[in-house]
Amino acid sequence: MSYSAPKFKEKYGNFINGKFQDPIDGAYFENHSPVDNKLLAKYPRSNEKDVKSAIEAANNAKHEWGKTSASERAAILHKIADVIHENLETFAQMETADNGKSIRETMNADVPLAVDHFRYFASAIRAEEGSATELNEDTLSLIINEPLGVVAQIIPWNFPLLMLAWKVAPALASGNCVVLKPAEQTPASATFLAEKIADLLPPGVFNVIHGFGPEAGKPLASSPNVDKVAFTGETTTGQLIMQYASKNLHPVTMELGGKSPNVFFNSIMDHDDAFLDKCIEGAVLFAFNQGEVCTAPSRILIQEDIYDEFIKRVIERTKAIKMGNPFEESTMMGAQASSDQHQKILEYIKIGKDEGAEVLAGGGAAKLDGNLANGFYIQPTILKGHNKMRVFQEEIFGPVVAVCTFKDEAEAIEIANDTMYGLGAGVWTRDAHQLYQIPRAIKAGRVWVNCYHDYPAHAPFGGYKKSGFGRENHLMMLNHYRQSKNMLISYDKNKLGFF
Amino acid sequence: MDYKRVDITPEAEKLLQELKQQHGEVIFHQSGGCCDGSSPMLLPKEDFYIDDNDILLGEVGGVNFYMSHDQFEYWKHTHLTVDIVKGRGGSFSLDIPTGYRFLIKSRMLNDEENKNLNP
Repeated sequence: MSYSAPKFKEKYGNFINGKFQDPIDGAYFENHSPVDNKLLAKYPRSNEKDVKSAIEAANNAKHEWGKTSASERAAILHKIADVIHENLETFAQMETADNGKSIRETMNADVPLAVDHFRYFASAIRAEEGSATELNEDTLSLIINEPLGVVAQIIPWNFPLLMLAWKVAPALASGNCVVLKPAEQTPASATFLAEKIADLLPPGVFNVIHGFGPEAGKPLASSPNVDKVAFTGETTTGQLIMQYASKNLHPVTMELGGKSPNVFFNSIMDHDDAFLDKCIEGAVLFAFNQGEVCTAPSRILIQEDIYDEFIKRVIERTKAIKMGNPFEESTMMGAQASSDQHQKILEYIKIGKDEGAEVLAGGGAAKLDGNLANGFYIQPTILKGHNKMRVFQEEIFGPVVAVCTFKDEAEAIEIANDTMYGLGAGVWTRDAHQLYQIPRAIKAGRVWVNCYHDYPAHAPFGGYKKSGFGRENHLMMLNHYRQSKNMLISYDKNKLGFF
Repeated sequence: MDYKRVDITPEAEKLLQELKQQHGEVIFHQSGGCCDGSSPMLLPKEDFYIDDNDILLGEVGGVNFYMSHDQFEYWKHTHLTVDIVKGRGGSFSLDIPTGYRFLIKSRMLNDEENKNLNP
């Protein structure tokens, strides 16, 4: 089955105070599709004036919204989930048009996961509670959860709607107002969602500001009138946002990517069965979402005694990846999100070759025909080398995986941890001891064991080391978006006796 | 003869000079990580805190080029050239609104260069 890009208006506004508003200075930028490099629509090139107006709207709304009951907020979040679900196909087509990823991923992963995320947090806030502790017979400690107020959220372009859901659902669930800046490469789905849910939320609770990092992102991240900044992106901008937040003493959470090891032990080859087939797919998941995933398993570590046999099957499976029109349901891998991204990936393949890496599959741009000739496509690429090469150490954010071998468990752990990052990891084995001990030894926030790229709302996600801090998903996320008010109550009628 | 670790193409230098005119003193800091990472970021000099955790790789077009120490450990055997590519990048880098993005092109340093690097 084949889909197509949905109809876009010529231009869109920012969503501020419950309404779409033109940018104050009237400037727009063009948003092109990476599928064929054609213009989709124009979005506001906002500046500090627009940002200020959105922050003001959020601050005006925060008192009433913060007082709503968990049941009211849960009901609204469920309605938002319903709206996304009812428009699943449109959202999926929009994500494919805007980001370039294949329709079978947007239909089956991005959009359904976003729906589930809103449902999860709608449910979580009904089930959890504060606490009351009798510290002694006359003293009671109450812990009441209070929203922070206004949260600034800056999200990336690799999963535009899902990253919105990851950040917006828990922030609204905990009673905050949001000013969201979608990535300038992918402004479409946040705008479409605002259109669809405009009547569900009170004005000012959810605001969307479009524009460029230095012009709209900076005034948002540095504003003294937001209470928290949540960011997903790269390390330099991460440091910059932390500096802005430090000026205001605002809390931040950072998700800054990784260079995740995917470790395959020799026991996987003990049988040629369904599990081995799963392991082969697990290695080829480097190409999922064209490799544009913070947790992409971009380093494959294979135990040396199974290397030849296993890599042969991984290469076969990689070569079978069907590229083509991202709107075709049979297409497995679509376009990279932008031309600069495309160029950066090609530069990395080049430096990998210069460093002496052997190309086992792919190794260059993919030339597609017809309308797609102007799109940004890369062949799924496997490079064999060693862990000190730059292609093993830097996030390429493309369908490029770096493969090396290891002798034993100790060497596997050493290589896995020899990286600045610690976001994800994969461990594949039939050995019961390795199943527990290896994940514990890897310094990463999420270790998939005999699976990869599963993102349930109910499991916490976040980084060690330079991959950032704070967690997303899971109800523990709620505490990243609120204060703990402690009321310490004395039922003793007698004074302390000091004065 | 001294060799540099980092150079810039004429096209990138032209864009850099335009941005310097517009924004005043700026620096490059090589980013890592997710999304728009692994690219050089051009930032207002006053905005970005540089300390001993950063290494000065050199100067291009009158602008200092920095990288964090731990990242440099993995990069030190390569020569870098700042270039530009047309495209809509993200991040807080000052080139984003121009529709062009600074990009790093790398090659291996040769023995002669390795012996005579400055800095």
